Amino acid sequence: MESRAKILQALSKKFTDHPAPLPDVKAFPPTAGDPVDKFEFILRGIGGRTVRVSSYTEIDEYIAKEYTSGARIISLVKEVAGSAITPDIDPHTFENVDLVVLQPHFGVAENGAAWITSDRMGDRALPFISQHIALVITTDSILHTMHEAYEQIGNADHPFGTFIAGPSKTADIEQSLVLGAHGPKSMTVFLLSR
Amino acid sequence: MEQKIQDHAILADKFNKDIPRVDWHDKTLWFIREKRDKAAWQIAEWEELREAASQVKNNVLDNLHDYLLEFEKQAQQNGVTVHWAANAEEHNRIVHAIIKEHGVTDIVKSKSMLTEECHLNEYLQQQGITVVDTDLGERIVQLAGEPPSHIVLPCIHWKKEEIGELFHQHLGTPKGNADPQFLTAAAREHLRQRFMTSRVAITGVNFAVAETGEVVVCTNEGNADLGVQLAEVHIACMGIEKIIPQRKHLGIFLRLLARSATGQPVTTYSSHFRKPRPGQTMHIVLVDNGRSERLQQESFRNALKCIRCGACMNTCPVYRRSGGHSYHYAIAGPIGSILAPGLDMKKHADLPFASTLCGSCSNVCPVKINIHEQLYEWRQVLVKSGHVSPVKKAGISGMAAVLSRPGIYKVSGAVGRWFMKYIPALVNNKLNPWYKQREMPAVPKQSFNEWYRQNRKQNGKQS
Repeated sequence: MESRAKILQALSKKFTDHPAPLPDVKAFPPTAGDPVDKFEFILRGIGGRTVRVSSYTEIDEYIAKEYTSGARIISLVKEVAGSAITPDIDPHTFENVDLVVLQPHFGVAENGAAWITSDRMGDRALPFISQHIALVITTDSILHTMHEAYEQIGNADHPFGTFIAGPSKTADIEQSLVLGAHGPKSMTVFLLSR
Repeated sequence: MEQKIQDHAILADKFNKDIPRVDWHDKTLWFIREKRDKAAWQIAEWEELREAASQVKNNVLDNLHDYLLEFEKQAQQNGVTVHWAANAEEHNRIVHAIIKEHGVTDIVKSKSMLTEECHLNEYLQQQGITVVDTDLGERIVQLAGEPPSHIVLPCIHWKKEEIGELFHQHLGTPKGNADPQFLTAAAREHLRQRFMTSRVAITGVNFAVAETGEVVVCTNEGNADLGVQLAEVHIACMGIEKIIPQRKHLGIFLRLLARSATGQPVTTYSSHFRKPRPGQTMHIVLVDNGRSERLQQESFRNALKCIRCGACMNTCPVYRRSGGHSYHYAIAGPIGSILAPGLDMKKHADLPFASTLCGSCSNVCPVKINIHEQLYEWRQVLVKSGHVSPVKKAGISGMAAVLSRPGIYKVSGAVGRWFMKYIPALVNNKLNPWYKQREMPAVPKQSFNEWYRQNRKQNGKQS
């Protein structure tokens, strides 16, 4: 604890007579255009796939077409087919999951990101360990900017939350973009309009 | 003063032996700078965002004491153990103690410039702990036994053929295969095994929110998340300046960070770690290591606003053509050159001179650090404190003597032109650093002063 006191004491010295005030976070006007179109455009630009659907049945059909019957699919979206998970399971057992289907709170048009919290992940490891990831986002939940996103999150007390924008990727080898660094090799977003 | 054996100029010289490679390095980084521009130009309020980010960070630096206490209180309420480390050694000891407590010998670590600054890997290895860096670029340089050469792109100086050879030796990939897709897949397999077996995961921290006690970690690969979520213990290491006041400020910084770094609209993952997962323990190590002292220095304190995007490196004409390792410090480029001397003035006295002072770094900095002005200020401090080589000092004194006396200036100009004309070997030789990689200019017939007087005489007095 000695260092704590030492650091705090060093920091308690007055640096200036006019400490910088905390600025207001301005509400920047959203860019023109449909946020759903923009979200789709941006997400595709960063390696994500988007599929426009108008019912959960269409999502089931799409997944059935893309994945063989032997694939291990976990769905945390009750309307989408897939196995459920049992609580308190060792996250290492998800190593062979082919696809996880999750429902984030919302998407962000400016960067193609989706906000998802631990209560919607089943297990916190799932969005990262699965070979592929699919998200179901309702079109009316797509926000314009990150400012709107944090306004929406407010002071919600989630143990863990993350913005996911596309599949896991790297360009560390000569700036060649490779999808599927450590996490999912693909991300499909079902844009559900109701 | 005793001159270090390998300063920036010498190391840059080595890097410049292979000209095509330097050109390639230069172009690659400029390409990333251009991507940054494209991303920034798509945001109408970009400049307002930079200003807001700068103001928030100014506020943080002026109130760090209170914010740290608030952060600590919130984090503890979240069930996180908070540690305070006055310096690098203490940080390393704390991390080692946690690992030891859990009886672990193999750990995974995602990117953290702070742990590079503290030389954590070397320390842990001496204690018998195997650290695997899980960021692909960091793993590549780790296998090669090198430090990263760039804070965002650790192996930007490596060619794919060389990485193929490195993987052939260490991971058993087929010789001669240099396909990035294939090599990344091989690394994925190799590192998956580490993720699956490691019980302790170390991460860095991009932002720590005082209001909520949460830490935000940004990656593209998902390596921080995979490491943490499969481990029993999460240790997050951060410099004390990483604090931001409120959660809503993340909106500003996450809009700026990835766009400034690589031109992406955001990193693939921006993860908010607030409470450990059930059954897991979480530690946050707050590290000072010279920062509180730096805050007292009016001219240099705002370098602590840095959010480690690397934009100043990608744009820097010196960095692009000298390579990250020529800076011999964990953080290279312009920002490293103003951070390093604050830590050890004598050891890093060469770095503030590794710049043209063109100001491009300050122009792209998302939190508006006046980097080039600080480089200039550091030079003055270093010369006054006697931390420059006798040659440089003599040169500067000589210049000062000539430039401050118009009479001597005039004469020496004429003398210089005479020598360049009749004994060119006197300047066109290896001893003259201005002759390196360029021809000296043709000798003008007269000085500007002479030309002006002559011209004025010929053309009368009309201005």
